[in-house]
Order: sequence, then C-alpha cells, then structure tokens
Amino acid sequence: MKRRTVFKAIAGALSVGMLAAGMASASAQTKVGFVYVGPIGDHGWTYRHDLGRLAIEKEFGDKVKTTYVESVKEGPDSERVIRQLASTGHDLIFTTSFGFMNPTIKVAKRFPNVKFEHATGYKQADNVATYSARFYEGRYIAGVIAGKISKANKIGYVASFPIPEVVRGINAFLLGARSVNPDMSISVVWVNSWYDPGKEGDAAKALIDQGADIITQHTDSPAPLQVAENRGVKGFGQASDMEHFAPKAQLSAIIDDWNPYYIERTRAVIDGTWKSQDVWQGLAEGMVRMSPYKNMPADIAKLAKETEEAIRSGKLHPFAGPIKDQSGKVVVEAGKVADAGMLLGMNFYVEGVEGSLPK
Amino acid sequence: MVRLESRGDVSRAWSLLSPVVAIVLTLISGVVIFSAMGKDPGLALYTYFVQPLTTAFGITELLVKATPLVLIGIGLSIGFRANVWNIGAEGQFTIGAIVGGGIAIAFHDSESFLLLPVVLVAGVFGGMAWAAIPAFLKTRFNANEILTSLMLTYVAVLLLSYLVHGPWRDPDGYNFPESRLFPDAAMMPVLWEDSRLHLGAAFAVLAVVAGWVILSRAVIGFQLRVVGQAPAAAKHAGFSQNKLIWFALLLGGGLAGLAGVAEVAGTIGQLLPSISPGYGFTAIIVAFLGRLHPVGVLLAGLIMALSYIGGEVAQIEIGLPAAVTGLFQGILLFFLLGCDVLTHFRIRFGAPGRTKGG
Amino acid sequence: MDFVPVILTVITASTPLLFAATGELITEKSGVLNLGVEGMMLVGAIAAFAVASTTGSGLAGIVAGAAAGTAMASVFAFLTLTLLANQVATGLALTIFGIGISALIGASYVGFALEPLPKLAIPVISDIPVIGPILFGQDFLVYLSFVMIIAVAWFLSRTRPGLILKAVGESHDSAHALGYPVIAIRYAAVLFGGAMSGLAGAYLSLAYTPLWAENMTAGRGWIALALVVFATWRPGRVILGAYMFGAITILQLHAQGWGIEVASQFMSMLPYLATILVLVLISRDKTKIRLNAPQCIGKVFHAAH
Repeated sequence: MKRRTVFKAIAGALSVGMLAAGMASASAQTKVGFVYVGPIGDHGWTYRHDLGRLAIEKEFGDKVKTTYVESVKEGPDSERVIRQLASTGHDLIFTTSFGFMNPTIKVAKRFPNVKFEHATGYKQADNVATYSARFYEGRYIAGVIAGKISKANKIGYVASFPIPEVVRGINAFLLGARSVNPDMSISVVWVNSWYDPGKEGDAAKALIDQGADIITQHTDSPAPLQVAENRGVKGFGQASDMEHFAPKAQLSAIIDDWNPYYIERTRAVIDGTWKSQDVWQGLAEGMVRMSPYKNMPADIAKLAKETEEAIRSGKLHPFAGPIKDQSGKVVVEAGKVADAGMLLGMNFYVEGVEGSLPK
Repeated sequence: MVRLESRGDVSRAWSLLSPVVAIVLTLISGVVIFSAMGKDPGLALYTYFVQPLTTAFGITELLVKATPLVLIGIGLSIGFRANVWNIGAEGQFTIGAIVGGGIAIAFHDSESFLLLPVVLVAGVFGGMAWAAIPAFLKTRFNANEILTSLMLTYVAVLLLSYLVHGPWRDPDGYNFPESRLFPDAAMMPVLWEDSRLHLGAAFAVLAVVAGWVILSRAVIGFQLRVVGQAPAAAKHAGFSQNKLIWFALLLGGGLAGLAGVAEVAGTIGQLLPSISPGYGFTAIIVAFLGRLHPVGVLLAGLIMALSYIGGEVAQIEIGLPAAVTGLFQGILLFFLLGCDVLTHFRIRFGAPGRTKGG
Repeated sequence: MDFVPVILTVITASTPLLFAATGELITEKSGVLNLGVEGMMLVGAIAAFAVASTTGSGLAGIVAGAAAGTAMASVFAFLTLTLLANQVATGLALTIFGIGISALIGASYVGFALEPLPKLAIPVISDIPVIGPILFGQDFLVYLSFVMIIAVAWFLSRTRPGLILKAVGESHDSAHALGYPVIAIRYAAVLFGGAMSGLAGAYLSLAYTPLWAENMTAGRGWIALALVVFATWRPGRVILGAYMFGAITILQLHAQGWGIEVASQFMSMLPYLATILVLVLISRDKTKIRLNAPQCIGKVFHAAH
C-alpha cells in the first residue's frame, strides 16, 4: 500500500519535473520565488514581504505561481536556496535581506535569464535590481510626534546593528524630534540581533529605567512595545502595525508596504519590460506608510499628518541642512539636502544622540 | 518480567543493524508526521530524501554540506571513544575560521600560491589553540571539558561578531557587518565545474582515512580505545591519561578549525557574523550515528547533510516548514540511541537468577 | 537613578534561569546529566503559550508548560535509564528535537498577543517604597521559583529521600547494594528537572515577553547548565548564580546607556567566562569538588545480576 503511493509519487514528481523543464523555456505562467530571512509569522519584516507575495497572487491570478522559502540563514545556505529557485524555472526571485547580497550576485551570474530583486543591497547586475524603502521618512514623522509628546525629552531606541540603515533611522528620528523641540535627546541600546524578544524587551526596560519616555525600535519583535505598554510609556511599532500588542502605547507604526512595487516588477517581467535598476522609494510612492495616529491629542495627530504630507510632496526633506554631527561639525549646510552617498553610507550620529557609534 | 541482560561483548550484527533500524523507524515516523500535517507522505519522503540526489547540483551540494560535518565528526568520534567529551567543536570551528580568515584578509592583495596553504594551516592551529584551553583546564585543574568547551563556544561566536562588526569590517562595505571578500589566492579550488564542491571534501575523505589509520593501526589509537572502554585497565597499563586528553582535544579542535576555515575560504568567501548553522553540534550527532567509526561517520555525515538539504527542497516543492528538519534529526538520534541498547544487551524474559552457570 | 526598576528587571531576567537550574540540580544530584534543558524549556514555552492563549487562563498555561517539560524529560529518562543510552548524546538530541517541535507547533502562534501574568497587588503593602514592588509585586511564577529552590534545599539536606538521592548520585552501585531503587529515583529526579525546565519556558512566554518566537530561549538553557556547576551543586549558590547571571545580562544593556565604551559583545561574554573561571576554581581542589559534585554524574547504571 505504501509502496504504491511512493511509486505513484515518484512517477508524479518525475513527470512534474519534466513538464516544468519543458515549460521553463516557454512559460505561459510566470514563476516568482521569494527567499525570506525569517518566518512569515514574525509579524514584522518577513510578514510584510509575504503580504507582497500574496498581493502578486491576487493581482495576477493564474498568470503567476509563487514559491517561498522562509527562515533561510544568511550565508552558504542562502546561495543554495536561491540557486534551487533559479534552476527550477523561476523567472523572478526576490531575496529579502541584506545578507543575501553576495549569494544573489553569484547565482545571478550563472542564470542570466532569471531576474533578481535584492532588498536593501548595493550591488546590481544586468539581471539584478536592488530596492529599498526610505524608512527614514517615517522615522522623521515619528520623531516629530515624540518631540511633542515626550515630557522627559528623552527617547529610547532599541537598535539591532550599527549599519547605515539603522543609523539613518536614529538620526532622522532625532532630527524630526528636534525640529519641534530642540532639547530632545536619544539614547541607543544595541542588541546585535534583528529578532530576540527577550533581549529587546530588556533593552526597552533599561532605556525606560534610564529616563526615556518614548520607546522606538529597529528590531523586529513587539517586545519593546509590550514593555512600553506595561510601563505606561508610549512607543512606535516597526515594519507593521503592532497595535494589538500595545493598544494604549502605540502612537503610530512605520509600515513597509511592498505590494505596489512587487506587483509593478512582476508585471514588468510578464510584459518583458524588466530592466535592472536601483530604487529607493518612500511615502510618495507608497512603499512606506504610517499606521493611524492614535493615543495622542488631536493637534499632534494633525501636525503628524501635515509633516507626512510635506515629505510626500517633496516640500520637506528629513535630512535638509543645517545638520551638525556630534562633534558640532556641520555636515549638511543650510539650504542643502544630504546626498544619496551620505545617506547610504551614514556612519555618524547627529547632535543630540547620546553615546558614540560602536566602531 | 522483561529485563536487559548484558551480552558481555558487543554484538557485531546489531552494531551494523541498529543505525539501519533507526533510519527505518525514522522514515516511518516521517510518514506519520507528514500525514498528520496533511501532506502526501510518499511525495514528502521522496522530496526530502530522494529528490536532492537527482541532479548533479544536488549531489555536489550534498557533499558541500557534508564536508564540515564529516571533518568535525571524525575528530569528535576519536575523542568520544576515549570519553573525552568535546562539545565545543562549534567554537573551534569559529576560531579556525577567524584565524584563517584573518590571514586572508590581512593579505587581501596577495596573489601568491602560498596564501591558501598558510590560511588553511592557520585555521587548523586556530582550532587547536581553542581546544587547548579545555584540555589545559581539564588536565591541570580537573575542570569538566563538556562545560568549558561549551562556554568557549559562546565566547568564540561573540568574538566573531565583534570582529565582523568592528575592526575587520569591509571598508568598502557601507558599514555592514561583514569582512572583505577573500582574495582568489585564498579561496579553495573548486573540484567540480559549475558547483561549489571544493577541496574541503577531499580533506574530509583524507580525514576519514586518517581516522581509520589512527584508531586501528596507531598505538595512540589503541590507547584511546582502551581508556574509553576499560579505564582501570588503561591506568594499570600506564597509559598517560593527560596525553590522551590533549591528543583527543587537539585532534578534534584541529579538524574543527580546518572545517571552519574551509567553509569560509570555500563556500562563503568572507567572514560574516554567522558562518555555521550549528555544524559543531550536528557533528556530535554524526559521530554517534556513525557508531564512532570513521566510515560510519562518513555515511552519517552524508545522511545528516541530506536531511538538511531535503528540508530546503521540501520547503520549496511542497511547503513543508523548516522546523521539520530539526524534528527529523532529533527523532533519528532518539531511535538510534534506543536501538543501540541491543548492541550491548539482550532482552530476556523471566526472573533473574537463571544463569547458565546455575 | 532609581534602582528599584532595575532590580525588578533583574528579577524577571533571573527567574527562568533559577527554575531551570533548580530542576537540573536535582537531576544532576541523582547522577544524571541532562543536556536537553534548552529543548525542554522551548517545549514548555510553546505549550504554556498555546494553552494560555486558547483557554485564556494563565494558570492552565503554567500547568501545560510544566507538563510539556515533564513529557520531554520522560523521553530522555526512558532512553538513558531504561535503554541505557549515552546521556550526552541523548540530551543533545532532546535539545535539537525540542527546538524543532516547538517551532513546528509554534508556527500557528506567531504574532499572537497575550496578557502577561498578573502581578500580586496587595493594597498598601505593595506600594511601600522599594520593598513593596520588589517583595510584594511579583507574579506567581517568581514566587514559585523561590519556593522551589528553598524546598529543594530543604529536601536535599533535611529529608531522608533527599539523602538517598544524593547517595544515588555519589555511588549508584553502593546505593543499589543497600537496596535503594536507583533507576526509579533517577526517573523521579529527571522528571522533576523536566517540569522545572518547562516552568522556566512558561515564564518566558507568559510573563517575560508574552509572545511566542522560535528559539526564544536564546541559549538560557545552556546558561542554566553552567549555572548548576557554577553553584557547585549547592542550592543556595544556585540562587546567587541565577541572579548574578541575570544581573550581568541586564547591566550590559544599561552600560550602553551609561556610555561605557566596551563593545557589547565583550560584555555578553562575561557570564560564560565567569563560569569557566568558577569551574576552574572549584575543580582544582579535588576534595572540594568531591564534597559537592555527584561522582556518578553521566555514568550509566545497570544492575548486574
């Protein structure tokens, strides 16, 4: 009984395999693959990417078939997974973590007909495009809110790794806060992980114990917000709306919305118009969204919405000069805006951030 | 009443049979688990264990994944024979990668053909040095090597994190936590075109041969085996406990260090905060699955590697969650350890006292 | 700076360590080394979370966590005590299995929120500055952790069964010759260890960070193992050690806020280096370690006929 099932299964799998091989060259159906660094249930980074995948399925119906592999560790395993997707007929592959960069480039060399989209990376190729979101725009808005709401004038930031992305977020947050309250300061605790609820929660507690009354984070679990809720302070959600973890504490959340971009790129592959590019989108294009402004007085919510609109329309740039770094040196002059190079490689704190950047 | 009676000697038949029985029982459990998850068990088993072997790429990937497992497993199995419990292979792997990788980074402009051999030797010494710590602590202070080697694993991983986040960060890497890419002169030569199979696999095979030679032909191998099976006899015979402890730990550390440097100079090409999905711990399972015998370790390494790769293929093809792999490995080891009892004992029914001697 | 909140945070960080170490202490005193603590904790964590979130009852969750840990320990006990398998390998297998099965079951619970366990709130008394919140404002599990370690201390030093347990760990052959049921006693000790590890995991998912995340123990099981040795198998020192380790973890985060310039990784290394140091200090004196370490730890016992 079992043997028959196995034989049937082998025969079935072989025929599917041959069919897939035959179809690879002239696909009526576009296959899109996704490589995730975490579990789709993380309710954060990976969860939002998976929503993008589901959006593709909804938009294109039978014309596409999606596959995903979750919890792929950065390193040699990721190269094998990416290659496995490339060699099984996938036309477009999204690799959704910085650590997949070199493996993506390596596999892309071997499979010139497959298109790759790498998130938050900086290496492109003819068949590798990169994309990232201007999260710092959301951070600026959050900072404005924090500047208005905080009484202790101190923000607690639970951070993961001292990479430019995270430093940018810290700086943008403080710049936003100081734009309405010049006495604001930020204290940062590095937990050296993207996802470690225990440590993130402890870091939040330490920050609150040291006087912060606003908590924000660049890590993926809801733990810091839970702590904020418990201690009666306010905070911001990360990557997705974390309101149900902290109904009284969450002021807003910076939401990653990959759906429009993913749909657009899949359409480009279907239409044959896909080209490699390096894209950095924010509020204006809808890649970054803010969850509803809650738990704050109406006039602050109004200010937040206005700031959001100003950034969206281009009138306000979070990194517009004058900006001073911690040593007091002017790094962006009045009237100018930080250029892409400075933003991408940001490795300094602006004035008002406590402590120094880990070397 | 059911009881276990010592065979007095190891049953050869069961020694070979128990891994097979364990594997069969694991597969049966797999069928049960897959059915419970609503997946077609036959298809799932095929995807897991057979499909990865159907392409050349799959086979080379299997060998790539098995290489560190076998290298470390050989070293550990020899130590375990002598009751030297090196649980810190993961840390020795890491330090080997750090030391070897450090040389590759320091000489990143070099094109000398000597660079790779130096890098590899450095990795071996790195692993040995890290294992020397528990060896020293045990022989000098009687400190339990299970705990010292385990604690040092955490220290090693944190050290790697520090280096990759700080002093060894790629200056052109936008502050991301990774080292420079190693120069080509420090990379392991690839053995099979268009694959990732590199010289490390050849080292693994050599280690198997060397392990066999040590255990069956060398004097020290004999001493290691005696010290493990009959410590009192070993003491009487005057075997130096300390010398054997040092040998076992240095061998394990050296091979783990080699595995580490081969992984970063072969498969990865740079230093990252995370360079091992737990090879040092999985190798312990490999050592046991292989009955602490070099050829067994080779086969066990291949089987464990297959379980990892099959897990990934199963995720892609049939949506099986990644956690099932850990489940399988745990179950396999449980069955193996359970079946193992029959190699040393036989099952008897009835009350004790009915021995042949009367 | 107000130290009370810091102390409160240290208490939460140390409680899971205290539970797990208490259980492993009994297990090791009986002569068994169970390296599967991490796996048992994770299974306890997901069982507690799943039951608490389905039934809405924290108490049910706590019981489920302890039960799940015990179930895992029973697999270990059967393999090592009845089938006489190697304890080190079996313990590692338990950890790997535990990580896998907890992740599998937990997949449906990621992203769920749960109300944290209620804290004791006695009117007036809980509000006394400093000692109020520290002594009278904790949740049930924190109090239980102290009750358990004190009970274990009393059990080991003042009761007959406790002395028998220690005898079994010291020399199982002699204990057997005296007629004590070595295997049964070890079973009980291992199962108790499992229940405690399960409670440690339950604390993590019900009180510490009321959510489920894969691998949320993050190595605490291994620290608990080190802790037992660090404490030279003495209950009083287990409390001390658990709180020391918890304090180091928390203070490391505070130090960042104080502008202390040491790289965070070196701070994180401290507990492990401290354990090695203690291990060395207590092991080098053969008499000292003999006084406290169960001599038979890890050795297989088989009644010869």
